[in-house]
Amino acid sequence: MASKYIISISEFCNNYGVDEVFVMHFTEAKLIHLKKEGEKQFIQEDELPKLEKMVRLYHDLGINLEGLETIAHLLDRIDEMNKELQSLKNRLRLYE
Amino acid sequence: MEFIDYYKVLDLDKSASTADIKKAYRKLARKYHPDLNPNNKEAEIKFKQLNEANEVLSDPEKRKKYDQYGKDWQHAEEFEKAKQQQQYSGRQQYSSGDPFTYSGGASEEDFSDFFESMFGSRGFGRQQRQTKFRGQDFNAELQLDLRSAYTTHKQTLTVNGKNIRITIPAGIENGQTIKIKGHGAPGVNGGPHGDLYITFSIANNTAFKREGANLYKTETINLTTAVLGGEITTETFDGKVKLKVAPGTQNGQQVKLKGKGFPVYKKEGAYGNLYISYQIQMPTKLTDEQKELFEKLKKTNL
Repeated sequence: MASKYIISISEFCNNYGVDEVFVMHFTEAKLIHLKKEGEKQFIQEDELPKLEKMVRLYHDLGINLEGLETIAHLLDRIDEMNKELQSLKNRLRLYE
Repeated sequence: MEFIDYYKVLDLDKSASTADIKKAYRKLARKYHPDLNPNNKEAEIKFKQLNEANEVLSDPEKRKKYDQYGKDWQHAEEFEKAKQQQQYSGRQQYSSGDPFTYSGGASEEDFSDFFESMFGSRGFGRQQRQTKFRGQDFNAELQLDLRSAYTTHKQTLTVNGKNIRITIPAGIENGQTIKIKGHGAPGVNGGPHGDLYITFSIANNTAFKREGANLYKTETINLTTAVLGGEITTETFDGKVKLKVAPGTQNGQQVKLKGKGFPVYKKEGAYGNLYISYQIQMPTKLTDEQKELFEKLKKTNL
């Protein structure tokens, strides 16, 4: 399988066209966790999809950082609710 | 191939100004953006249509061409030319029979046949979202039947023309999604590959109902077995077992066969339980002899 990527914040920002403030905002909101290596902080590969999603919403819809943070929390809730819904649907099959 | 009314997609009329188009597009994009509508196919399609409509109507050249040929587009000479050019290029990746779709927004292949025949599959000066670093994720749905979900097994899938062999752990749930890391689209600028997400749809055509690792089944027993007790043979998921029916068994009474259920996901050797509900078969037609015997029973106040 592909090797484990870690991405420097500047590399991320250059590729996705956002400012470092963007990454720091989501770090402070504890939506992503940076990996410390010596003095520098890195983004782990597993966190990339979450950040990418925020970048897309930022560029596509012009949502500000506070709005994105709120959306991230709501999306987590939707995700949980979808899982719950699926398990309820599976349980409902018992009675069909 | 059908004509697509891009004005209708954006809920505008033909006289709409550039500003109107921009506004309408933004308004609808806020509603149907795929990142805001997880697992919502309808929104995904709608968003693609919006992007396509915006692509055409916000570009003065494309809009002009579209307006000019409008509903008569099929007779346009340009169309014929474009069609010929398109015959050998275009969509190789995702034909209509293919269960795989992209997630997370539009990509180059996402334009309709209508669009491609009018503007070419490569478009011109298209400002589409492209992979910036990490590759795109792929989503796929895989149909299984309950029998094959009972054992851990390997299956070969074709994703984008590449075969990959995946292991499907026993006990996978209906609707469960597993991530196959690195099997999405390749990244750019040294970015990692995207991932492949496979959602399982499990059809159950067995006599068992499943809830998680537990299985449920109804077994019919006759009246005398219920009253006097006895032994029956029943089918579990992996073979027959003999069951002792207790005297005085009630209709709907349930027995638990420990460990005879479904495998617990990713817990090797662990199984749920099988619950058997008894349904007592009430006799509807009695022989004279049976009737006589029941009359006798009646006298005993049974």
